[in-house]
Amino acid sequence: MEAGRSPNIEIITNAEVKEVTGIAGNFSVKVLKHPRYIDATKCTGCGFCSPYCPMTIPDPYDQNLSQKKAIDILYTQAIPSTYYIETDYCLFLNRRECKQCTKACQSGAINFDQKPEIADYQVGSIILATGFKSINPSRLHAYRYKDAPNVVTGMEFERISSASGPYLGKISRPSDLKKPHKIAFIQCAGSRSTVSGNSYCSSVCCKYAVKDAIVALEHESDLDITIFFMDMRMYSKGLDAFYERARGAGVKFVRSRISEIKRDVHTEDLIIKYVTEDGDLKEDIFNLVVLPTGLEPSDGSFSLARATAVKLNKYGFCDTNLFLPLSTNREGIFAAGGFREPVALPDSVVQASGAAAYASELLYTARGTLISEKEFPEEFSASVDGLRIGVFVCHCGKNIGGVVDVPEVKKYAAELPDVVMSTENLYSCSEDAQSIITGAIVREKLNRVVIAACTPRTHEPLFQQTIREAGLNRCLIEMVNIRDQCSWVHSQEKEEATKKAKDLIRMAVAKARLIQPLDEHVIDVIPRGLVIGGGLAGMTAALSLANQGFECYLVEKKAELGGSLLNIYYTLQGEDPQAYLKQIVDRINQHEHIKVYTNAEVQSVDGFVGNFRTVLSISQGGERETVELEHGILILATGAKIFPTTEYLYGKNENVLLQPELEKKLALGSFVPATGDTVVMIQCVGSRNDEHPYCSSICCSMAVKNALKIKEMNPSTNVYILYRDMNTYGFREEYYTKARNNGVVFLRYDRQHKPEVTESDNRLMITVKDHILGRDVRIHADVLALSTAIIPEKDETFEKILAIPRSSEGFFMESHVQLRPVDSYVDGIFICGMAHFPKSIDESISQAKASASKAAIFLSKGQVKAEPIVSSCDTEICIGCTLCAYFCPYSAIKMTKKDKGKRAEIIVAACKGCGVCASYCPTKAISMGRFTDAQIHAQIEAFGEYE
Amino acid sequence: MIGAVMVVGGGIAGIQASMDLADNGFFVYLVEKSSAIGGLMASLDKTFPTNDCSI
Repeated sequence: MEAGRSPNIEIITNAEVKEVTGIAGNFSVKVLKHPRYIDATKCTGCGFCSPYCPMTIPDPYDQNLSQKKAIDILYTQAIPSTYYIETDYCLFLNRRECKQCTKACQSGAINFDQKPEIADYQVGSIILATGFKSINPSRLHAYRYKDAPNVVTGMEFERISSASGPYLGKISRPSDLKKPHKIAFIQCAGSRSTVSGNSYCSSVCCKYAVKDAIVALEHESDLDITIFFMDMRMYSKGLDAFYERARGAGVKFVRSRISEIKRDVHTEDLIIKYVTEDGDLKEDIFNLVVLPTGLEPSDGSFSLARATAVKLNKYGFCDTNLFLPLSTNREGIFAAGGFREPVALPDSVVQASGAAAYASELLYTARGTLISEKEFPEEFSASVDGLRIGVFVCHCGKNIGGVVDVPEVKKYAAELPDVVMSTENLYSCSEDAQSIITGAIVREKLNRVVIAACTPRTHEPLFQQTIREAGLNRCLIEMVNIRDQCSWVHSQEKEEATKKAKDLIRMAVAKARLIQPLDEHVIDVIPRGLVIGGGLAGMTAALSLANQGFECYLVEKKAELGGSLLNIYYTLQGEDPQAYLKQIVDRINQHEHIKVYTNAEVQSVDGFVGNFRTVLSISQGGERETVELEHGILILATGAKIFPTTEYLYGKNENVLLQPELEKKLALGSFVPATGDTVVMIQCVGSRNDEHPYCSSICCSMAVKNALKIKEMNPSTNVYILYRDMNTYGFREEYYTKARNNGVVFLRYDRQHKPEVTESDNRLMITVKDHILGRDVRIHADVLALSTAIIPEKDETFEKILAIPRSSEGFFMESHVQLRPVDSYVDGIFICGMAHFPKSIDESISQAKASASKAAIFLSKGQVKAEPIVSSCDTEICIGCTLCAYFCPYSAIKMTKKDKGKRAEIIVAACKGCGVCASYCPTKAISMGRFTDAQIHAQIEAFGEYE
Repeated sequence: MIGAVMVVGGGIAGIQASMDLADNGFFVYLVEKSSAIGGLMASLDKTFPTNDCSI
């Protein structure tokens, strides 16, 4: 939606790139625009045409589970909201008959004379982000997708359990629309297989299967759900806990690769035969089977690669390099998201911002040359005399409308004092609803707007901008959450939910009568960045900011830049990390915009977005020196470290090493594996347990890397890897397969039956229970390597200086897991690299670039606008008691001298409008921008006015 | 140097890249094959962990 409103983004739909000529900084792109047969300038999105269309076709948006017309809109909230014609089905386009839609359309928007056209665009850079698609499940013959109606894909199941889906959120199976009591999920359907599907791991299927299982149980708590899997790859932040939550909710996890599904044609149930880990053959009957199918490049990837002359890898995804993860082989063309590898949503968002940073580095000298500022009409005065309130009640499809009687609520609202109009929208957030709202404001001369829909947390900014476009101050709006507070929590009590919606709207209208226009405060931004942490992520972020034309400080507490990268000697993919390290350190030291401080400790960080002040204490030859830096933004890249375990004789026997120590010995030649030597590796040491209840993501790949190195040095050395789940996600699966082919032995153990390590006659003996043999296996080892947890770099003093919230794992918390993955909870402070969560080199680089992209937005704009919600203090009433300053969680209040005493002063840029200060103020000197006492009282009084 | 960027693909990655670039002072052409932007994410009903709708 925001993208649809920016004056600097032109959306070109029904289009594909045909040819790219020129060089980085100056490309010419030929784009083929297919005819839409509907004139976007005339279509109002009213939808009159659709019912007249005689062609009913399967709806791909609902995974073909429901139907639509050949003239339709992709989905209700689509942007642009122009209708389109399915050229494959339209009767006129195929048989020259019909044209019913042209008669139905009242604005004359339908135009069958449109022809394909080629347009030329001049751009400095190109970002390829065409995504991935699910593999065609018909290819998996053994899973009966083609003939058994109750075998569905993960995406189909997503629609089946959706409130806006074909079954309106009631979990049903396609054959008879009855509730399936027993549901099976079969993982790796079309992934990690060379027989059917693709050999790589699709990375996201384990996550979404667990999500779907939990969501299904939230809908129907008595479902019996089994997930059949090979390894559960829940390796990202917060996901291992999510996995445990599913277990706790009763989801059964069975480690078995399903080879076949049989269909019972009478009951349409499905019979699954499987082998348990102990080797028993079992059979079970399910009412519904879900295949969370693997992912592959989307259809357009190959033609796009040809048109842009970009190289693809052997899987058909974009060919990228570990150290240049978002660059294609063609300079100036970058790749993000599913075009380069199957990735989950947060990674897609990170890579997108990262690719934007690369493009911005390339083009920074041309920044601002082709853009225009969005212009708003002048605000008209909205004085309290003559209140004219408009109420808009949202159906949110069936999400609200399925429970709350929206027409009734609308009617009720129209009768409330000062309400001059009340109306309903199917989706208030859709593009056409915005023009309905702005139209109503102008036509009815509204000066207050009440929107009864979902949560202001996600949607208030949208509606604020809408009313601003109509000339109203953006604070003249009240949102009522009749989704969460009515239709969701009272889904079984329709009448009560409707009554509550009326109560809430009455209260909002009472408050709306008192709301006032407020000004936005504008704060200047110091155009300089500061990066704390001189590892790979920190160096990458600093270099990106500098390359985008901004000055940047880089602070490292050790004597040398490099961080964890100093301990990496070789990579799975074959690149040379030390050569890269040397190169990036040289570039940083030579860059005129970067000032590096090593041996530097952060003593204090003060200020707020746009105006930070950081004091460093630098040691130089035994002397300490203090430096004070001023900067507009802050990037935290403080890294993580290896957990030093005391288990398995580590520290007691010199042949027990941590995985990075083994890597160093192998790289420097201090351990040369001999024929007949045995190296054992144990995974998840001090990890995925009560102390560190998360998967550290990269240790499995590290173990496979070292195992392959040993086998490369001496194929006759025995290597055993004892693991719980092998987490070689994405294309790393290839190396896991290679390790098995090269003779590395993988033995699985359970959390309850950990391996035991003993020492006798100077040799190590490892005992582990083998599941297939059902008995203990003893291995004599010359070297034992431990893959221990990766834990956050955390020190007490730093915690005191900068209170950035951390996740339960101890890593810095992002402000929204999916949509704002590099923003911290404090404006102007960003996080990247292992300080966010353990991650691989390419992921660290992408995230560092993303944080630089986000930081550059502040620096390039030169100003930030503070929310008008902030508190203000009446210094005439303030008695200077300092309670507010003490309790403010954002350090947004300072006490300034006035006459003989002190008075509270609000730092507008730092204030978040939480209201803590106002609630503590004994003299009521502090009031909140959009929550004055009078407004809240009016709301409470309105609550008491029963009908 | 031309201060404009073409982003190919109107899914969440394409939209995010476009918004970052536009906010950073570059004009963006967002090219999408289908009739509307949104991609896969538009068909996800709820996103983990807040159950927010994905639009």
